[in-house]
Amino acid sequence: MENTFNQIFEALQYSFIQRAIIAGSFMALGCSFLGIFLVLRRFSLIGDGLAHVSFASIAIALLLHAQPVIISIPLVGLASLAILKLNEKTKVYGDAAIGLVSSFGIALGVIIASTSGGYNVDLFSYLFGNILSVSTFEVWITAALSLLVMLIVILFYHDLFSITFDEDYAQVSGIKVRLINRILILLTSAIVVLGIKIVGTMLVSSLIILPAISALQLVRSFRSTIILAAIFAFLSVSIGIFLSYIFNLPSGATIVMVNFIFFAGAFFLHKVKG
Amino acid sequence: MNVIEVNKLSVQYRGVEALSRISFDVEEGDYIGIVGPNGSGKTTLIKALLGLIPYEGKILFQGKSLEQFTHSKKHIGYLPQKMSFIDEMFPAKAIEIVASGVYCCKKFPKRLTGEDYKAALKAMDILGIKNLKDRPVGKLSGGQQQRVLLSRALIHQPDVLILDEPTVALDPQARDTFYATIEELNKENKTTILFVSHDIGSAGNFVSKLLYLDRKIVFFGTLDDFCKSPQMSDYFGHDQHLICHRH
Repeated sequence: MENTFNQIFEALQYSFIQRAIIAGSFMALGCSFLGIFLVLRRFSLIGDGLAHVSFASIAIALLLHAQPVIISIPLVGLASLAILKLNEKTKVYGDAAIGLVSSFGIALGVIIASTSGGYNVDLFSYLFGNILSVSTFEVWITAALSLLVMLIVILFYHDLFSITFDEDYAQVSGIKVRLINRILILLTSAIVVLGIKIVGTMLVSSLIILPAISALQLVRSFRSTIILAAIFAFLSVSIGIFLSYIFNLPSGATIVMVNFIFFAGAFFLHKVKG
Repeated sequence: MNVIEVNKLSVQYRGVEALSRISFDVEEGDYIGIVGPNGSGKTTLIKALLGLIPYEGKILFQGKSLEQFTHSKKHIGYLPQKMSFIDEMFPAKAIEIVASGVYCCKKFPKRLTGEDYKAALKAMDILGIKNLKDRPVGKLSGGQQQRVLLSRALIHQPDVLILDEPTVALDPQARDTFYATIEELNKENKTTILFVSHDIGSAGNFVSKLLYLDRKIVFFGTLDDFCKSPQMSDYFGHDQHLICHRH
């Protein structure tokens, strides 16, 4: 036990671990604040779909030798609006709209990667992410975006609550449902892009979904669910980073596994409580 | 004074004309029962009135658009058709749902006060569900959920109350309480009520006017006129005594 604490203390001396903890914590808070609204509105898989679009946008960025975040945030934002539009204006169901945009993203990414000289290591690294390699710039942008997400959720809490429970009633109450839906989905797309660095394209949606569904097993008040999801998310990222450092495991996958253990524990408690 | 004016309203739904050029006026204090067979456009009419679906024609609330009307401190209470989809896991207490009825009257950034929660409790008390205030809404029975949603619609003492099959999930005692509450609102507060129902027998006991829809308006007028009208026997045949004999 003492050895473990020594290793954690040692890890904290490294600047790359400090950056990972700070970026990961902010990411965890941002994802958990959005997660509850997306899960309850059956939009859980939007994170997955947008992550696949990010794959294409990262391929474009690498092709252009540009910063992936700068290229991905607007492109994935546009894709998220396309999903919303397909869902609202056409006869394409929400999950089918996500699947459609998602497969288009992956296909485009693969074509760009192959025409630009095949898969390279950089693009592959985005599939599974590496929180230990986040740059100072990425820490700042993650912190800023997560704070923006939290601020918007706090300011529009009642509107988001009303829309999540009953969208029609929210509209009748004068809440600007379409505008708030667009803000929510654009924030989700931005947080997904940044989350890719942490857990990768394949696992980013778990940062949004798992803390929210774990919290839903244990509490019955909306506000408490958001707070508990944020605690689960923060602990998963922190514990995941230390475990990956100590046992030399892939950081993204370890974070997701810790998240899953929290879910399993919450699910068990829910069943015991009845 | 007309609270609602509907002029040549048409709604297309999946390529079919769900409502065809209907026009009618609703006066302040009217208590209107909207009846008609399945697929006659009752819920479509409600959704068009509330701006929830696209339509052709004009709908005005005291001469204003719905948005201008709600911005001028006038409130519309709305009870949707039974929300059988309330998620069992939805993390909210009944009182949180009822209190959400006051959001319409709040300015940005919206905050609920102690007074709002008192009003929520009062609305729940009227419908006999005050004791359910801390229960998770998803765990309540269908009838209890219906009363929670009705309390939400009543909390801000609306000027217009629009109810879509409000009594479907209620037991007979709760149904009586519901009708008495609505009647009191209509008589004492002059609340204008539009009320969709399949339960023409019960609706006939309370409403002042009847709007009979079958994609078009078959009849619109007072209940007494309806009882004397040829449309009555065309559409109800032998059941006519159900609505023409008031208790």
